[in-house]
Parts: sequence; C-alpha cells; structure tokens
Amino acid sequence: MVSEIPNLYPALPEILLALAGMALLMLGVFHKTDGSRLIGNLGAAVMIVAAVLVVVFGGARQVTFNGLFVTDSFAVYAKLMVLISSAVTLLLAVKWLEQENIIRFEFPILIVFAALGMCAMISANDFLALYLGLETQSLALYLVAAFQRDTVRSTEAGLKYFVLGALASGVLLYGVSLVYGFAGSTNFDVLARSFAAGEPVSPGVVVGLVFIICALAFKCSAVPFHMWTPDVYEGAPTPVTAFFSVAPKVAALALFLRVMISPFGDLLAQWQQVIIAISILSMLVGGFAAIVQTNIKRLMAYSSIGHVGYALIGLAVGNQAGVSAVLIYLAIYLLMNIGTFAVILSMRANGRMVEGIGDLAGLSKNRPIMAAAIAVMMFSMAGVPPFAGFFGKFFIFKAAVDAGLVPLAVVGVLTSVVAAFYYLRIIKVVYFDDPADQFEPMPTHARFVLGVTSVAVVIFFLFPLPQVLVAAGNAAKALFGA
Amino acid sequence: MTAFVFYVFAVLAVASGAMVVTARNPVHSVLFLILTFFNVAGLFVLLGAEFVAMILVIVYVGAVAVLFLFVVMMLDIHAVNIREGFVKMLPMGTVVGLVLFAELVLVVATWGFGPGIEVARAAPMTTGLTNTEAIGVVLYTDYIYLFQLSGIVLLVGMIGSIMLTLRARSGVHRQVALEQATRPLSDCIEVKKVATGKGI
Repeated sequence: MVSEIPNLYPALPEILLALAGMALLMLGVFHKTDGSRLIGNLGAAVMIVAAVLVVVFGGARQVTFNGLFVTDSFAVYAKLMVLISSAVTLLLAVKWLEQENIIRFEFPILIVFAALGMCAMISANDFLALYLGLETQSLALYLVAAFQRDTVRSTEAGLKYFVLGALASGVLLYGVSLVYGFAGSTNFDVLARSFAAGEPVSPGVVVGLVFIICALAFKCSAVPFHMWTPDVYEGAPTPVTAFFSVAPKVAALALFLRVMISPFGDLLAQWQQVIIAISILSMLVGGFAAIVQTNIKRLMAYSSIGHVGYALIGLAVGNQAGVSAVLIYLAIYLLMNIGTFAVILSMRANGRMVEGIGDLAGLSKNRPIMAAAIAVMMFSMAGVPPFAGFFGKFFIFKAAVDAGLVPLAVVGVLTSVVAAFYYLRIIKVVYFDDPADQFEPMPTHARFVLGVTSVAVVIFFLFPLPQVLVAAGNAAKALFGA
Repeated sequence: MTAFVFYVFAVLAVASGAMVVTARNPVHSVLFLILTFFNVAGLFVLLGAEFVAMILVIVYVGAVAVLFLFVVMMLDIHAVNIREGFVKMLPMGTVVGLVLFAELVLVVATWGFGPGIEVARAAPMTTGLTNTEAIGVVLYTDYIYLFQLSGIVLLVGMIGSIMLTLRARSGVHRQVALEQATRPLSDCIEVKKVATGKGI
C-alpha cells in the first residue's frame, strides 16, 4: 500500500525549525568551548528565516498532512508575531543570561522548540495536532521557567507551572474526548460542517467545549485560571518572563480564536457568555490586583492578565471585526511588552539585578532617555492617545459596541481607568521621586530594541497602523472564510 | 460467555482501581495499579483491539508501573503523612466530585447522534487487516505529522531532564585513554639521584 507524500510546502517553516533545533543541539553538544552565544544568534536567525518562509509559502488557505495542518492569512499573521517576538526576546535573553553567568546552550534550543510548538498550535486543524503543538510549547516553557535551577524561586516557578499546566492539558484532553465522542470527529473542518448543519447540539459537545475553553483560558492566563501567572512571572529568570509575556500569549490567543471561530463558530450562542465572563473577570483582576504590587515582574503579570481580558472582548464579539481587533491588539501588545521588558532587563544597579518598582525612583535624573522611553510605554499601556495602546483598545471597544455588547465595552473602559492608575504611578516614581541607586548603562541590544519599539509606539498611527489594519483584516477574513 | 468474561474483567478493574486510592501502603497501590492495567488490557482484547492491549501491558506494566514501584520504594513515602489533610479536604472534594458526576449523568442521559454527525464519524477499515497492521498503515502515512510531532515532544522532554539534572561535578576520576597514551615521559618519571646513606 503506497501512499503519496503530503504537500510539505505549507509546513516548511515548522520543518525548518525542527531540523534547525536538532542541528543546534548537535552543535551545542560537540562544540569545544561554550557555544551558547553562537547558538543563541543562530537560533534567532533561524526564527527570522522561518518568518520569511511563512510569508513566502503562506497566503491562500492550504490544508495538508491529511487535514491536520492548515495555513492561511490568519496563520501567517500570528506566526509572524510569534517568530519575530521570539527572536527578539531570545537575543535579549542570551545577553542577560551571559551577564548573570547562568547561560547554557540548551536555552536557545528550547526557545526554538517552543517556537515550533507555537507555530504548530497556530496551524492546527485538528484537535490532535493542537494538543501536540501545545505540549511541545508547554514542555519547553516549563523547562525555561526552571532554567535557573540553583535558585529556589526559579525551580518553584517551573514546578508550579508544570503541575498546573499538566492539569490544564488533562482538562483539554477530557474536553476533546467528549467532543470527539459526541460530534464524531476531531478535525476542525468536519466539526464545522456538522455544526453548520444547524441540528440541535448535544449537551456532551457543550460540556466538552467548556472544558476546552477552561484549558485554553489557562494557557493564556485568563481569570479564573490565572493563579500561576504572577508566581511564575516573578520566579522565572527575567528574560524568560519577557518571553512568556509575548510569544506564548500571542500563540495561545491565536489558538483560542481559531478553535472558537473555526470548528465552533456556529455555536457562538453556547460559548459567548463564557468568554464574556472570563473577559470581565480578567479585566477586573488585571486592574485591581496590580495596584498593590511592588515587584515590577508581578506587576507585568497582572498587567498581562488585564490585556488578555481586553483581547477576549474581541473574541466574545465573535465576528470578523472582533477578530481583526484582537489581532491588532496583540500586535500592539507585543510592541509595548517587548519595549517594557527591554527596560526591566536593564535594571541593574551596583552590579546586580533589581526588580522593585521603587528601584526606578528618580530615573529621569540619571538616565533621562531610558526614563522617557518608560514613560512612553506606560502611557501607551494605559491607552493614552496618540500612543499605540490607545488604538488597540479603540478597535476592541468599537467592535464590542457595534455588536451591541455595550456593557462589556463599559467595563473595559472603567477597568482601563483603574489600570491607568498603576501605569501612571510608575511614571510618577520615575519622574518625581528622589533618585535611588543609579542604573548601569543599558546593553547595546536592549538599547536598540527599546529605541525601535518606543519610536514605533509613538508614531504608530502613521507607520505600522494602516498596514497592520489591512493584514489583520485579511487574517480575520481568512478565519471566517473557511 | 463473552458477557461473563467482560464482567469478570470489569469488576476486577473497578475494584482494583478503588484499591489503588484506598490502599494504606503505596507499594500495594502500585501493585493494584498493575492489576488494573491487566484487567483493562483484557477488556481491550474483548473489544478486538489486541494491539492496544499488548501495548498497555508492555508499556504501562512493563515500564511505567515498574518505574513507579522503584520511585515509591526509593522515596520511602509515609502513607500517614499523605492522609493528614484527608478529613479537612473531604467536603470540598465531595462537592467537586458530585458536580462532575452530575455533569456526566446529564451528558450520558442525553446521549444521541444527530443524522449529520453519524456520517462524519470515522469509519473503521474493513479490509481484513489485523489491527496492528491497520495502525501501521495509517500511522506513518495519514498521521505522519502527529507521529513526528510526538517525537519532538519526547526530544524536548529528554533535553529538559538532562538540562535540569546533569551537573559537571569536579573531583570525579575518569579515564581518558588519549591523555594517558600521549603523556610525555617527563611527566611520568622523575629521576632522582640518591646520595648513599641519606635517602630522598
């Protein structure tokens, strides 16, 4: 029985990442001296090449590997965000770990495999492919969280994340098995067709769907499945926190969008209230719990929970405008978070890293440019126009109001006022408090990243916004066109 | 006859499953777990899925359960300590268990397939292959993507376990043949001139 070779072109970026990961592993093992920096740079280069391949071979919708794998404009958009942000955070991370003298060559390799898992998640067209992609990504993330294995904080973060993550995977599989049992398939296209037929949905499918939503909410740290986030963000080494807050979050939300819209799009009435509840809770917790934080990494954890809440408004809307708003929001979120973490990674005084908000006090006197960049990032996160963050929130709220979900938009606006308090407090600490110890100069990498992101955040409405609007619109159309 | 065998396996599987969580001694728990695996394997054979049955016995009993046994014996867990919070957690656990059970009852009570869904259900192969062959036919063709991705998951797990546990310890003696063979003579022998009657 001879079967034909599947069309490999749509999956070329993933194949490249997998092969490169293994090649780099060999290089690391047999390299005479410590090749961590070389492998880090190569890993970032591989991800950029993969991003190019994504653009070259992506575009029109293609399904391959017997319906398990799909590429479309949505996948291209999400994968570009994931790969570029992974590459940037990897470069920042390698530099930082080198400085702290805890670098080992496995780190960049795990990031490459995590990126592979994320791409597989985004391109999943079947629950089995989804699960395996998610596991590849999660395993790599548990490991990098525990990377600083000689400190209790880091190992505790890794262990906590692992145990809770394993539980979430179990919940996901339980949900998938219920859906498979009651709907007869794990393939997204087949499921979409059978739900589109408009027959009454059996409660088994709905219960399964709720389990799946719980697991996906865990993976993108939405309330009430957010407990792990502050502890893991605080305990993991800072560059790992930076990585966690960008690429995996985007991948998890992209997966959330695809699963809800593509197979379960016709069951909108069944899952809309669940997403609305999760979204409101996330915005509230993200807004109020962050106020009392003194550690900047914990603050960023709550901030990211809040941002996930806003992004989920777009999913709750459940139409093309909503999805496109989520995609715009994610792009802006990436930009702001990478910039902010470039600063946090450079908070180094008296030869050691500090991470308290109080350590930023009076930064404007010692390092005026760094202080100005933080101010830009915080204004943008708070959603003050004309910075990028404002447009992200604007499109989300507009989509919600247009779809008649006015209460959701009102809660969103109110919680962003609350959130503005702690973002503006950082600006107050930086500009108006008595100077604390002076920071050492920023490394070149971080300075470059911070420069690019803050310029992009300031002139966002001029340069990337029109292009991002078009790309996000196409991506959303591809998700609904299927 | 088949029904009788089914009930024997099923009752034993459930009973030994209950013993896994109630046994006082963790070693007994693991042994009951092995018994559960055997009984479930028996159920798979009754279903005509002999490949899955064999895999269950070989992988779960042969590798996983034996590994459990080693871990349990080496860690020397005291069962008394594990049960300390039992009474405190009982009400909460009961509530969660009841809610899940009620959900399951709701789901199973309304079991039924819509007409459109019946068509979508994966049809079994009817080509007269044994099920080992049937799995082999699809595993490396239709499901090659999943097969390879599982391989990557295992690879990441392997890298991780090495990364988290391997330590380059100092002071460990190791034989390096190349170093031994290429050692210059001057490092090995020192010629001393010993004066008579004095020693070194």
